[in-house]
Amino acid sequence: MERKIRVLVAKPGLDGHDRGAKIVARALRDAGMEVIYTGLHQTAEMIVETAIQEDVDVVGLSLLSGAHMTLFVDVTKLLKEKGMENVLVVGGGIIPEQDAPKLKKAGVAGIFAPGTHCDDIVDFIKKNVKR
Amino acid sequence: MNDIASKVLKGDSRAIARLITLVESNDPAAIDAMKTIHPHTGKAHVIGITGVMGSGKSTLIYELTREYRKKGLKVGIIAIDPTSPFSGGALLGDRIRMTELATDDGVFIRSMGTRGMLGGLASAVYDVVEILDASGKDIIIVETVGVGQAEVDVIKIADTTLVVLVPGLGDAIQTIKAGIMEIADIYVVNKADRSGVEQTVAELESLIDISCDEKDRKTPVLTATAKENKGTTELANEIEIHKKYLKKTKMFDVQRRKRYEAELIEIIRKRLMNFIFDESTFKGKVETLIDQIGKKEVDPYTAADQILGKILK
Repeated sequence: MERKIRVLVAKPGLDGHDRGAKIVARALRDAGMEVIYTGLHQTAEMIVETAIQEDVDVVGLSLLSGAHMTLFVDVTKLLKEKGMENVLVVGGGIIPEQDAPKLKKAGVAGIFAPGTHCDDIVDFIKKNVKR
Repeated sequence: MNDIASKVLKGDSRAIARLITLVESNDPAAIDAMKTIHPHTGKAHVIGITGVMGSGKSTLIYELTREYRKKGLKVGIIAIDPTSPFSGGALLGDRIRMTELATDDGVFIRSMGTRGMLGGLASAVYDVVEILDASGKDIIIVETVGVGQAEVDVIKIADTTLVVLVPGLGDAIQTIKAGIMEIADIYVVNKADRSGVEQTVAELESLIDISCDEKDRKTPVLTATAKENKGTTELANEIEIHKKYLKKTKMFDVQRRKRYEAELIEIIRKRLMNFIFDESTFKGKVETLIDQIGKKEVDPYTAADQILGKILK
């Protein structure tokens, strides 16, 4: 019996820069995970509904527009509402240092700023994923 | 009644999603639920969509699904992408073309990795079709991985198989007569806004004309530009015509029997492989034999006899 880690990688909001998300998606694939990539311009509703249908263990959010305090928090809130609080939420992109503690409090377990090594993201997920 | 099964029968998304995870992981906890739901399956029409990489399968599925939703039908989509044979991971990206469907509660989409299966499908796909069927979906669409020539397993599961091609394959069509060119119930030449579409259609039709099969039905060739939502209404109509043809000629039962045969074989195969390669008693034995084959102490056939002899006695 083998249970693979399933990760949803999504870009909420309006910015169109998905290179980082794609690099992370690929690194997670190479670490043996199943990565569902949904592309740009996702609403919190789309992300959470996709997380439910795909039964993912992890939601990875990438955002470079500065709207993370709204959109990341919308996702964690909606996940909780739908009874998906077991899903590990991580985020990356241009996230100012002072925002990280607030995001963590709102349920984003890991924040990965530019310069993070892909291995660190893989390790974080493997260590913190809830089963 | 099995709790997760009863929720699946009510169409509960989380239960459907969880049961799919269990069957994908070969979790024994799934077996009772699968037994419970089986009597409630068989109602959905299963459409298989296959074709070369980049032929626009996902976009076509998106438009086709919108067509069915207009008619009030519920749709389940299984989108299969390849699992890396090296890392065991997979990048499942078919949803990119279907994001608008994510929040429609009449649509359930599941992305699957092939997880070692060849043939264009995933091992658990038969179970997933049963689950979506039991959950009340009217239409189930199975999108294979982007195929080369010989990945034809989709015909075992689909009632209606679509083969999607694009203009400009030219003489390539002649050379791929075998394999995927033998399985279509309907051909779709997608990206019909590109040049060369008439030639591709003509080549397909001449291929169909020289076929010696004694069929009373000629495989239709449709054109579509899924990106602009052209040709999908006609495609949905053609699928309906094929469904009626299956029912009229009793081919429907033959087709369904093929699926159950494939499903049964797959369950037996999986359990047997699991028994030989994962059970602790055999695992050590297999490893030892592999080493012995390398050292020429034993040949591969004798080694296989040593494992199978214990089971087949």
